[in-house]
Amino acid sequence: MSTQRKAVALISGGLDSLLAARLMIDQGIHVEGINFYTGFCVEGHTHAIRKKDKAKPKRNNALWSAEQLGIKLHIIDIIDEYKDVLINPKHGYGANMNPCLDCKIFMVSKARQWMEENDFDFIITGEVMGQRPMSQRKDLLPVVVRESGADDLLLRPLCARNLAATLPEREGWVNREQLKNFSGRNRKPQMALAKEFGFEDYATPAGGCCFLTDKNYSDKLVDLWQARNKKDYELDDIMLLKVGRHLRPQPHYKIIVSREDGENKFLQGYKKQFATLEIKSHNGPLSLLDGELSDEDIRQASRIAARFSQGRDAEKVSVLYTSKDGKEQMIEIPPMPVSEIRQEWYI
Amino acid sequence: MSKYSLDARRTLCPMPVIKTQNKIAELSEGDVLEVTCTDPGALNDIPAWCRINGHIVEESFEKDDEVIILIRVAG
Repeated sequence: MSTQRKAVALISGGLDSLLAARLMIDQGIHVEGINFYTGFCVEGHTHAIRKKDKAKPKRNNALWSAEQLGIKLHIIDIIDEYKDVLINPKHGYGANMNPCLDCKIFMVSKARQWMEENDFDFIITGEVMGQRPMSQRKDLLPVVVRESGADDLLLRPLCARNLAATLPEREGWVNREQLKNFSGRNRKPQMALAKEFGFEDYATPAGGCCFLTDKNYSDKLVDLWQARNKKDYELDDIMLLKVGRHLRPQPHYKIIVSREDGENKFLQGYKKQFATLEIKSHNGPLSLLDGELSDEDIRQASRIAARFSQGRDAEKVSVLYTSKDGKEQMIEIPPMPVSEIRQEWYI
Repeated sequence: MSKYSLDARRTLCPMPVIKTQNKIAELSEGDVLEVTCTDPGALNDIPAWCRINGHIVEESFEKDDEVIILIRVAG
């Protein structure tokens, strides 16, 4: 009896990785999933924070995929290691701050490491030749193979027949004839295959699964690096870029104003790390202050915060300023008229 | 059999799942882990992770803006 071969599948939570894994399972391969958390994954965060989104069903799509497939899923925190990928991408960025090619190389190399440590035989991904402009271009697929060190242990079941045979195919662990030859941006073949497998309700994220492909998010990240004069971040920094309105009225400080109750609650958790502004005379947002602020800056920020409160038309609003070390000061100020809030302050 | 607790408050999906996964890797069959989270998404995600990996969710509920999940570790 031949040994059952084992493949580790990169599971993003999208349709392609779901289909790729299913093709392998149908060939009798033992498949386990691996999902990497960079800190920039779209999964869940804003749902968890914003109250208005809470009516929508919440699920982690990678877990959902694994459950559909009946496989184990290993979710791996690569937040710290990923910094170097984002800060120094060898192959550069895409349209925004997305280092897609370096990201793919990094993830496949991590999967290779996991494969070796766990005595698995090969790696599978849901990549489709020509589907994405950066990481899945025909001429770049071999770059991923080479630079990840996966070499011919990286099998792409959805487009394998367009590519040279990998070791699992040559050794007969996998029947190449049963693999696919998908290419390009047309999603119809994947949708047809999903129907054939009976997969419904699969994830179709409009902007992909990474915040770094989003222009607004990328602008905030670049602003953070410029203001700090260095390309670095902690997890809290990148989480906060997803929350609230971000305004920079002066080069040396930024104000983050919550937009609703859910964000207010989330920002409460940062009260020991940032100076804060709370509207006391009216219903209003909690704001965090990032930077070193003079008394004049604090007054300016208070007027901005008051502008976003229900006291926006009042003559004066009471704002409680709390410094990072807990010292409190009540400020009575007129809210800033909307005409004085410059568009270029919004990040 | 021992009882353990895990504080995953103020972390967002999937960190509560990752923390649960990593903690359970240190435990033995039959141990019970009580996970406390503030991300309501954990109410779906942690049980989903448990189903995939064969662990048993004995109880899960929301209390005062927190989510509490009791997991019995499988072998």
